[in-house]
Amino acid sequence: MTATPDAAERVPEIGRARRRKEDARLLTGRTRWTDNLDPAGVLHVAFVRSPLAHGAIRSVDVSGALARPGVVAAFSGADLAAEQGSLPCAWPVTADIVLPDHPPMAVEEVRYVGEAVACVVARDRYAAADALEAVEVDYEPLPAVVDMAAALAEGAPLVHADKGTNRSFVWPFESGDIAAAVDGAEVVLRRRYRQQRLIPAAMEPRAVVCAPEGEGFTLWSSTQVPHILRVMLAMVTGIPEHLIRVVAPDVGGGFGSKLQVTAEEVLALLLARRLDRPVKWTESRTEGFQTTHHGRDQVQDVTIAADRDGRLRGLKVDLLADMGAYLMLITPGIPILGAFMFPGIYKMDAYAFSCTGVFTTKVPTDAYRGAGRPEATFAIERIMDELAAELGMDPLELRRRNWIRHEEFPYTGVGGLTYDSGDYERATARAVELFGYEELRAEQARRREAGDPVQLGIGISTYTEMCGLAPSRVLGELSYAAGGWEHASVRMLPTGKVEVVTGSTPHGQGHATAWSQIVADRLGVPFEDVRVLSGDTQVGPRGMDTYGSRSLVVGGTAVVRACERVVDKARRLAAHLLEADVGDVEFTDGAFAVRGTPEPSVGIQAVALAAFAAHDLPEGVEPSLDSDAAFDPDNFSFPHGTHLCAVEVDTETGRVSVRSYVAVDDVGKVVNPLIVEGQVHGGLAQGIAQALYEEAVHDAEGNLLTSTMADYLLPSSADLPDFVTDRTETPATGNPLGAKGVGEAGTIASTPAVVNAVVDALRPYGVADVEMPCKPERVWRALWDAAARNGGAR
Amino acid sequence: MGRVPRVHTTIDGVVYQDEVEPRLLLIHYLRDRLGKVGTPIGCDTSNCGACTVHVDGLSVKSCSMLAVQADGCAITTIEGLAPDGGHPVQRAFADCHALQCGYCTPGMVMAAVDLLRENPDPSEAEIREGLEGNLCRCTGYVNIVRAVRAAAEEMGAPGARIHPAPEAAVLPGGVPGAESAAHASAPAGGGTGR
Ligand code: FES
Ligand code: FES
Repeated sequence: MTATPDAAERVPEIGRARRRKEDARLLTGRTRWTDNLDPAGVLHVAFVRSPLAHGAIRSVDVSGALARPGVVAAFSGADLAAEQGSLPCAWPVTADIVLPDHPPMAVEEVRYVGEAVACVVARDRYAAADALEAVEVDYEPLPAVVDMAAALAEGAPLVHADKGTNRSFVWPFESGDIAAAVDGAEVVLRRRYRQQRLIPAAMEPRAVVCAPEGEGFTLWSSTQVPHILRVMLAMVTGIPEHLIRVVAPDVGGGFGSKLQVTAEEVLALLLARRLDRPVKWTESRTEGFQTTHHGRDQVQDVTIAADRDGRLRGLKVDLLADMGAYLMLITPGIPILGAFMFPGIYKMDAYAFSCTGVFTTKVPTDAYRGAGRPEATFAIERIMDELAAELGMDPLELRRRNWIRHEEFPYTGVGGLTYDSGDYERATARAVELFGYEELRAEQARRREAGDPVQLGIGISTYTEMCGLAPSRVLGELSYAAGGWEHASVRMLPTGKVEVVTGSTPHGQGHATAWSQIVADRLGVPFEDVRVLSGDTQVGPRGMDTYGSRSLVVGGTAVVRACERVVDKARRLAAHLLEADVGDVEFTDGAFAVRGTPEPSVGIQAVALAAFAAHDLPEGVEPSLDSDAAFDPDNFSFPHGTHLCAVEVDTETGRVSVRSYVAVDDVGKVVNPLIVEGQVHGGLAQGIAQALYEEAVHDAEGNLLTSTMADYLLPSSADLPDFVTDRTETPATGNPLGAKGVGEAGTIASTPAVVNAVVDALRPYGVADVEMPCKPERVWRALWDAAARNGGAR
Repeated sequence: MGRVPRVHTTIDGVVYQDEVEPRLLLIHYLRDRLGKVGTPIGCDTSNCGACTVHVDGLSVKSCSMLAVQADGCAITTIEGLAPDGGHPVQRAFADCHALQCGYCTPGMVMAAVDLLRENPDPSEAEIREGLEGNLCRCTGYVNIVRAVRAAAEEMGAPGARIHPAPEAAVLPGGVPGAESAAHASAPAGGGTGR
């Protein structure tokens, strides 16, 4: 039962650019997307959706559809009214929040284009789609409510007439004496920024399959949150939780859009129960753009107060946040997640924040990569540049004068958060060096001097974000209905292989690889001997899923804790096998040995077999070698970094092109640098796309004009530059991995860097802002407006 | 409805003969009729490229073609590109971390293979333009460009090398501010703006 440890020095897995375990199947088409699943006898569901942004439903007649070939059933919202319940909102941010009913299929009124009013169930997807036209719906049009300010005006048409208001909530926060800070300041700037509405647009459309199985139901969904979904499905439908199994098979991206409990998921479950057959629904892209929740959509009124030497005195933020027509899973919580981040990395005396949630007749908003924090970072980083311009100071210098210095950590800021660690000086110095900041400034001066029609602009973003969602205690204080812990099980099989069950469900983040690296180091087993299981509530019933850059920080730590417990258990058995005292047994590189005497020793994989055989277990040691652990962090983690962007702006056409982009991020200790770099790249692409390309546009009647990929400009490879990325490494102090999270950093940091660069290029022309996205037409108009203001044509 | 058309195809080396509705899209034929679900669908406007396959050796968005139009054709999907995923482009995608969720990957790989057939030694800008019809929401494209370049070299193109990160790149641990190698590849210039 003893083994000689491998003499070769073990290379630590953590920190290694391991190729991903996930890739083999993804690269060969052996993937399990939800839409690939076809249980025997499956029926296809299609939805009749509202063509109006607002209307009363006078009647729905599905009988014509029932007569169509292949159609098995058809239902209106009224047909399911008794069982369909109301879609949940888990984050009622204030006690007096206006929280309307949200039936999965509309019964009395439709409130956005695309809202489901009836469904057809047929033997194949073509038959279901064909029969939709045979469903007759009679609407009485009601006025659309598209603009937030108009929605709040006296006498405005109401989205929910019975509520008497379009105001969902007002959420205030104040720290320090903001009136004194503003009154006493030498410089006060007021700016309005618009966070345009965005469409998350994960490449895999949403899909759900639900089958009656045994006494219960199995529901496969393209979701980020199978565990949350299971609880919510039980609460909404009344079907007991233990009879519902939710599986997230391979999921093709989420970015927050699949952190949701959707109408289609609830209805799939109800239809499978009604018809006692498996049912399936996959959205078309247009359907997805119209009905999968959108992101951002805020109007930000920002006031910053400072002294002439640049010292910040106070910051005041008034937000209007567009909720859309209903409050979905965490719709109202999104702007509140940003509330604490507006002060960014800066020291100041006072901060005041207020957010008003507003109903409009548009699809609801909810989480989109960054969720509240990109909006906050944008506002502070944009207005810091404006303040620098006002003071005639280099924007980097203004930031240096105000940021928290590395020796001041841990630091409790005016936003109420305690930042545990960071080194803004170092990240900035590295970014400046990689970017060639001074050289680019010199080139900019030359081109300004020469009156070059193509101007160079330099944009800065020095950001931090709160990640690792989240301490359950804090979530409770913020009225969120659940906790923020994560769970892991680590079980050693008799042959020494290891199965890890994680409650954090990946959809592209590479958990199978990174978790294997952690376990390989902690248990001293080969990377290849570890398999990671996730996304199935029957395999791993406990979990809080994947969002908010939480997986490694919270879920990875749970894996570490479970490994420690496995080692503790194995140590007792190893001591018994080595006939030694537990206290004398050391564990190194996968083997137990008696302290000071390296041989004989016993490997942990051999201990696993002994624990399985259970022929000779010491008192109190149970058969099999496995353990569970949960981790609930005490605090958030705070990645930070400095992003620098150079753009060229053609002042004749308004065309912007990104010339270079440098991102230096500090995400703490890194498990897999390849995965971390990939997360930064993808985040940058989405953040840059908000700055330059993407916008969900509605007309005055509330129709979504950008309802296809031809109209909504998702960036292609030709629209984005190469990125220069690097890292500094200041370990987080709140978890044993020292990790801070990386999923959202690129998105949070990059949008203001790009817009700052665009405005910087145009500042000599009198341009002080360009509304996002900075499309050629907007840039061109900004130039002409500035010229008109300055009295004369350009 | 009249007569039901027949299609006769060879797909990933297997011969199929079927009666199909005239309006059936090739992608739905592959996925729903043949169970060849390795090729996914990402849009309904032929913009995303997720559904890209090769028809008689040329890359085609299989949502923009009817099944009947494939009559008499040889079709290759990601499932049949190479035994065990051993095509140099597939290997380079794994090596360069050119995929995250993997949803765009089948189409992206098939498009990249066709790009390299047409231009065995593409520059970064040529790769970016050549793959413009294939959208990826996860990677920001940088690693996809690297992968296509790396595959070009493996397949014999002479151009400048772009090295993927070394397998055993162990980062200096615990040192605040420890710096890894900055990953800058070929000079920027692909950003065309819109
Ligand atoms: S599915 Fe999008 S191009 Fe074919
Ligand atoms: S890897 Fe997710 S869309 Fe490309």
